[in-house]
Amino acid sequence: MQHIDMNETVISIRDLYKSFGEKHVLEGINLDLHKGENVAVLGRSGTGKSVLIKIIIGLLKPDAGTVKVLGEEVSQLDDVALRALRLKVGFSFQSSALYDSMTVGENLAFPLKRNNREFTPEQIRKTIDIVLDAIGLPETINQLPAELSGGQKKRIGIGRTLILRPEIMLYDEPTAGLDPITSMELNRLINAVKERFNTSSIIITHDLTCAKSVGDKIAVMDDGKFISQGTFDEVFTGNEELIKSFYDYNFIQ
Amino acid sequence: MSSTNDKPDKPIITAKIDGFFLLFYDFSLFVLRFFREAFRPPIEVEEFIHQCYQVGYKSLALVTVTGFITGVVFTEQSRPTLSEFGVTAWLPSLVAIAIVRALAPLIAALICAGKVGSSIGAELASMKVTEQIDAMEVSAINPFRYLVVTRVTATTICLPLLMFYNALVGCMGSYLDVHAHEQTSLISFFDSAFTQVTFLDFSTALIKSVAYGFTIGMVSCYQGFNASQGTMGVGKAANISVVVSMFLIFIEEVIIVHVMNAIR
Repeated sequence: MQHIDMNETVISIRDLYKSFGEKHVLEGINLDLHKGENVAVLGRSGTGKSVLIKIIIGLLKPDAGTVKVLGEEVSQLDDVALRALRLKVGFSFQSSALYDSMTVGENLAFPLKRNNREFTPEQIRKTIDIVLDAIGLPETINQLPAELSGGQKKRIGIGRTLILRPEIMLYDEPTAGLDPITSMELNRLINAVKERFNTSSIIITHDLTCAKSVGDKIAVMDDGKFISQGTFDEVFTGNEELIKSFYDYNFIQ
Repeated sequence: MSSTNDKPDKPIITAKIDGFFLLFYDFSLFVLRFFREAFRPPIEVEEFIHQCYQVGYKSLALVTVTGFITGVVFTEQSRPTLSEFGVTAWLPSLVAIAIVRALAPLIAALICAGKVGSSIGAELASMKVTEQIDAMEVSAINPFRYLVVTRVTATTICLPLLMFYNALVGCMGSYLDVHAHEQTSLISFFDSAFTQVTFLDFSTALIKSVAYGFTIGMVSCYQGFNASQGTMGVGKAANISVVVSMFLIFIEEVIIVHVMNAIR
């Protein structure tokens, strides 16, 4: 099992605020992600979880606060530096966001070719095979995204981010819209990615089972704030009403 | 008049004028970004060739049909008036002047605005709302260079080619009509047709079609790249791409014709 290095922080977020017009989405977020650690950010829909990771990757700009990724302040980076940083951070979209005019192989080759122009076709093919093998879908290489199931699309989306060998993975609702068995397979894949590719991850989810399966630490978010952080046992022994309701709901499910 | 949160609302007309200038400013930044990105390596050659195929080759059939019909119809419509004055011999040169100076650039541009503009607008908008453009961003790929620069360059280069092709097919249509009525040979038709067409006419047509191609590419890419509101936004982007492109093409036509006539 991968060792968590508590002395090395790969993502550090301090006093993060973000609003869209009158709506305050993030209100003073603080979070540390250590090397080798998986942090699951758990919360209901619309609490600002996805906004948080979009700020981490630089797709959105914060109103206030700092986000340091691998020691670099994201909002201060210019385009070139931001692209260099993004090579080290993988982002798996809730919708998978596969390029629908390309086959699975082309989807995987696309970022690889553009970021490693010296790669030969053989090297590209070999890298694609390794990644497809890691996500367990080698037979889909010539298929179009429209021919894949929801779970397969999520796996290919994860594969496309892994092809650049990131140090950090950001997963946006990896199990949303999937049946319990496929969700379980996705959770296993997230843990396998951590072990095989030595990644540190933030997993955004509203699925308690997912958070428990993949998170070394869980941060519960409500109304743009973290109301509890810690291991699963630490968080779910508290008496916070929202946390209890989360647990009860998922237990009933 | 005040809104529910007690902030004074702007009169509708002022808000619309503000909106227009904001849109104009945003579009200008988009155009400037194109020039900034277009000349920086790496150049996306493969995607550029693919777009030239989409814009140029895939529009050939439509351009052929419309060009041919334009040539035939214009000749048919002009003949009675010319024959009244007994100058049907002027028909080839009249048709050639009309086609090269006005019809070919406009028809090729309007066809492209409808076919290519809507396609680019819808494609990019669909990529935007399904987060495919964001996926490029997070994979350290510059989506502007890959999607916008290649498409705008393709429309700017392909439209002049389509325009000259359209002019040629139009003249061929006119020739077949003239040949059917006056038994003129191909050589004498083209000889007569192009005696009145000057280098400036060809240059004007070229300038027009470059401007139209650039406009179609920029407007469609801008609409697609800034689409929102899910699937409704895709339809809206395709629709606005066509309407605004056509509108701007007519405005450019007026400006270029006036400038060229002043030079002439």
